[in-house]
Amino acid sequence: MRTVIEFRVEYLQRLDPDGNAVGELPAFARDPDEVLRMYRAMTLARAFDAKAVNLQRTGQLGTYASCLGHEATHIGIGAAMRAEDVFAPVYREVGTQLWRGVTMREILLYWGGDERGNDFSGPRADFPWCVPIATQTLHAAGAAMAFKIRREPRCAVATIGDGGTSEGAFYEALNVAGARALPVVFAVVNNGWAISVPVAAQTAARTLAQKAIAAGIPGLQVDGNDVFAVREAMSAALERARGGGGPTLVEALTYRLSDHTTADDASRYRSAREVDDARALEPLLRTRRFLEKAGRWNADRERELLAECARTIDAAVADHLAAPRPSTDAMFDHLFANLPERIREQRIAARRHAGTDGH
Amino acid sequence: MIDPVLPGADSARTPPPAPVRLSYRDAVREALRAALRADPRVFLMGEDVGRYGGSYAVSKGLLEEFGPERIRDTPLSESAFVGAGIGAALGGLRPIVEIMTVNFSLLALDQIMNNAASYCHMSGGQLAVGLVIRLATGAGRQLAAQHSHSLEGWYAHIPGLRIVVPATIDDARFMLAAALACPDPVLLFEHAALYNAEGDLTPGLAAVDIDHAAVRRPGHDATVITYGGSLPKCLAAAASLAAGGIEVEVLDLRTLRPLDDAAIVASVRRTRRAVIVDEGWRSGSLAAEVTTRIVEQAFYDLEAPVERVCTAEVPIPYAKHLEDAALPSPERIVDAVRRVVGGDGSG
Ligand SMILES: Cc1ncc(C[n+]2csc(CCOP(=O)(O)OP(=O)(O)O)c2C)c(N)n1
Ligand SMILES: [Mg+2]
Repeated sequence: MRTVIEFRVEYLQRLDPDGNAVGELPAFARDPDEVLRMYRAMTLARAFDAKAVNLQRTGQLGTYASCLGHEATHIGIGAAMRAEDVFAPVYREVGTQLWRGVTMREILLYWGGDERGNDFSGPRADFPWCVPIATQTLHAAGAAMAFKIRREPRCAVATIGDGGTSEGAFYEALNVAGARALPVVFAVVNNGWAISVPVAAQTAARTLAQKAIAAGIPGLQVDGNDVFAVREAMSAALERARGGGGPTLVEALTYRLSDHTTADDASRYRSAREVDDARALEPLLRTRRFLEKAGRWNADRERELLAECARTIDAAVADHLAAPRPSTDAMFDHLFANLPERIREQRIAARRHAGTDGH
Repeated sequence: MIDPVLPGADSARTPPPAPVRLSYRDAVREALRAALRADPRVFLMGEDVGRYGGSYAVSKGLLEEFGPERIRDTPLSESAFVGAGIGAALGGLRPIVEIMTVNFSLLALDQIMNNAASYCHMSGGQLAVGLVIRLATGAGRQLAAQHSHSLEGWYAHIPGLRIVVPATIDDARFMLAAALACPDPVLLFEHAALYNAEGDLTPGLAAVDIDHAAVRRPGHDATVITYGGSLPKCLAAAASLAAGGIEVEVLDLRTLRPLDDAAIVASVRRTRRAVIVDEGWRSGSLAAEVTTRIVEQAFYDLEAPVERVCTAEVPIPYAKHLEDAALPSPERIVDAVRRVVGGDGSG
């Protein structure tokens, strides 16, 4: 027998848990202002996320999927993308969305049960949240196909969870993207769990990055709690895609520090010990340490930043809570360009039954 | 947790047995437990059925009792575990596959429709797919358009599948055994809004069939035909109509394929008026099929056109007040009954 081809999966880390640089930092990480910008965005995402969970607990928001612990991955992805690129998220990527200009009010509107929140005022071409797992990866491949056909220097980025990589649609997206060298990057957010199923029960594959190999595209792992590594790997992948080099899979290793959603209680299926160990590696801490060592951060500035985040968030929440409820006509909007007659009758009937169910 | 006495367990000592009160969720769990105990070939598989406790916490505790060989968490891949369920059934086991919600069954539609439903026929009877698929279904929990489908009627369109829809505690407790005893692939739909409903198990009951519709409330002024999650709404409507002197018969279809035509026609012949309540979308719905059968078989017995109360033909709204307005409600059912009996209140 002879070896036909060999494969390797590499792992990138640029910032260790103590806030020390690992290897040579990319240019953006050597610019303290840029690092501050990312740190502020991560802090804002975390504070907003905590507020959203609180709103759900007090009955002011529907079921919500927290992004606690994912901030470096989310901001790293956002910071690597260009405004004209297209983002196809799952349901947890608050950080990336905020970075790309989705407003807090829009995010709250959506999770509060109003789909007008998906009509983003900022990134007009970004896709909405996606409930059926993995389907967004194909949409991203299709958007990339459009960019390629139209010869636009744009890329698509799809995020997907570790669990999502078991779905057929994910493999199909990798394959079609590879076969046609489409300008798309698949960011696999490996947070250890798919609701109650750990990665080890999800697949026998040692890494999720290696799923790229069968599709004939590059795949690598990065420390998903390290915003430098995520941004560096995503930037390189996007640059290659933009230059006609085809897709990449970037597996970001992070941890879901929260329950799956506010409807879940993760203590039923995972140990407090595991969560505590993961918390020691969380992304904000190490970025803060890095900035402190560079003399750019201290306790006072941290306090100021948190107060500033709270003010921004409170204003958005107040704005959201004051938003008027849509009328029953809204559910018939955007269904057909011209509403068929029978459905028009149903619209009238719905007006009559609005709010008559004892609520 | 409730641990209901199995019917007949100690009937020699304590006749008559006291009624056992339990929730729909507990009744389904008891059904699973009984099936796992009764037949070593039976196992449950699906997403998060183990330590998490399954969709809507139905399988909570079963992993601890039966172990990971028989309560099997699957990778997140509906096509994989439904397809594997078909293979396991053909391989000599009796799988119960749980699909978290009917919405995600769409990712396994090829397996269900092209394969499970037609294998037996296409193999000259050699490959009977004795597979039971349990699915949570329905709207009403503010889960928006991709998470709130009611596709029972849609699946009932497919020859080769049996579609069963437990709406009562008794049926939740005993339909699973009947489904497992059936050599055909059976889809068993549990409406998410029913899981918390509580009721008494009928004392002494040990089995139910999956062939017949059941009259849940007798009446003579009109027949309200329904199934699944809409049954409680129909019973509520019937109670409020009775206060106004209108006595409707409420017929629970129980099985959507094959439909129990005889029961439908017999009731409509008696009452001469019919309202069909179906959480599916109206056009091309199960309600349309029931209407057609009434027209075909009892046309000359009708005193009024058949009415349908269905879900507004829109993606299910996310906001609570919109979702409520889109779904069948007791008020809409009352209005429809009033129209067919020619009473006062059509407004
Ligand atoms: C097709 C499909 N099947 C099942 C579900 C139910 N579901 C929602 S989230 C989830 C787990 C997803 O895990 P992962 O992909 O790791 O993402 P994470 O939640 O960890 O971000 C499941 C099974 C779904 N939304 N879509
Ligand atoms: Mg995950």
